[in-house]
Amino acid sequence: MIATAEMIEGHRRIAPPHGAPVWDVDPYDEAILCSPQDYYSELRRLGEVVYIPKYSVLAVGRYQVTHTVFSDYEHFVSSRGVGLDDFKLSRPWRQPSIILEADPPDHTKTRKVMARALSPKSVKMLEALFVQVAETLVDEVIARGTIDAIPELAERFPVTVFPRAVGMKDVDTRYLVDYGAMVFNAGGPDNAIRRRAMQSAGVIVPWITAACARNRLEAQGLGAMIYRAADAGEITVEEAAMLVRSFLSAGVDTTVTGIGNALWCFSQFPDQWEKLKADPGLLRPAFEEVLRLTSPVHTFARTANCDTTIAGVPVEADSKILCVLGAANLDPDKWPDPERFDIERRPVGHMAFGAGIHGCVGQNLARGELQALLGMMLKKVDRIEPAGQAVWRPNNGIHALNALPLRIIPK
Amino acid sequence: MPQVNFVAADGSITTCSAEVGDTVMQTAMANDIDGIVAECGGSMMCATCHCYVDEAWQDQTGPRADGEDDLLDCASSEVRPTSRLSCQIRLTPALDGLVVHLPDSQQ
Repeated sequence: MIATAEMIEGHRRIAPPHGAPVWDVDPYDEAILCSPQDYYSELRRLGEVVYIPKYSVLAVGRYQVTHTVFSDYEHFVSSRGVGLDDFKLSRPWRQPSIILEADPPDHTKTRKVMARALSPKSVKMLEALFVQVAETLVDEVIARGTIDAIPELAERFPVTVFPRAVGMKDVDTRYLVDYGAMVFNAGGPDNAIRRRAMQSAGVIVPWITAACARNRLEAQGLGAMIYRAADAGEITVEEAAMLVRSFLSAGVDTTVTGIGNALWCFSQFPDQWEKLKADPGLLRPAFEEVLRLTSPVHTFARTANCDTTIAGVPVEADSKILCVLGAANLDPDKWPDPERFDIERRPVGHMAFGAGIHGCVGQNLARGELQALLGMMLKKVDRIEPAGQAVWRPNNGIHALNALPLRIIPK
Repeated sequence: MPQVNFVAADGSITTCSAEVGDTVMQTAMANDIDGIVAECGGSMMCATCHCYVDEAWQDQTGPRADGEDDLLDCASSEVRPTSRLSCQIRLTPALDGLVVHLPDSQQ
């Protein structure tokens, strides 16, 4: 057993590696979480890999090195947790995910089952549902005129369509949103944000587990598809329940954030909304640009499973490495004029959905939801204008808005 | 530095220099090849980097990856025995001169 004195925030304390700049910063400071751009650029400026003594972790933020570390599942594993807690040395707050927090070969099996359920074809079948709900919600917000787009569009759309897509019989929209926030906050340190989010874990986690049971799912949904993979012997029934839980952990708060951030972008850059109205074919690449610019998931960690190196810097086994996706997505060496929102950029290779074998398995669903909602707005809305101050919400893993007052001006 | 030949649906050929270790998809993106969209960036999630490996090169490019069939099943153009996701073909010196044909649509 490792002595507690050697532990910090659930992982082993490491010595500052030779050759890595030391930066006395708290990446989970609420001000940084709400407005991370300066943190991102300083992280990139300091070097390929930076040591942060506050949590005794390494951090990468330049595009190439972030992409390399994030994708190198042999040296930098996910099975020891994708937050600060090292599951080998401390107890996870919930039973670890068998897809997010897993490595090959276990991961290969579960990923294949999830990828099939969430394939482009599968999402295509949901299009009619998405469009129908989008029309109702867009008509409602047009009738209201001035709205807070976070509860009224960004949250409402996914919590309406997503449980139906999964085929859930039990729906508590507050629990669904709060569970996602909890999962992503849990990846950070034991700070006030994480403690606040975890307060309701005792109620929400059992509710989520119960809602993922086979008899609580309709036969036509994505959830039932996962259980059919268990019938076919690809996975066990217990694993199927765990994978359905992954839908709920990763599929709600993230799309809420994607929609909110998209509306923020278009309200801040009205010329880009005009451009999109003129050429609706840019809708899908425009969403990629929203993701690149705003990185809804800003950070995921990896754990060095052996002594290794990052860009020539020695990295000892057990080191936690923050892969700061938000910084990589704004790296000027990769993205010219990175702070500019340009829907014609086509930023293939952005890291908002991660990369490699752990690239977001729900990304087709996210794109499908966005396409339906933004597509409907393109049809019916002439302008999206700020109607007050947008407020960002500190979360240890997600960069999302808390409030987004908008005026929706119809065509 | 291996060369990759992209044959567009209209028959026009673009020859690109590639890096060993890159994928055919990455080579296409780096050279602005129109017939490849690669929406998911290489996570084998989207089937918009679909290509047909020229029959002369089929042995060298090897079999489809585990799970690749499920995605090809979602491709917007016809799937043939030579169909591959170009993000799953990694370039080696032996693939110098590779010829891939592009479908008429990806989405």
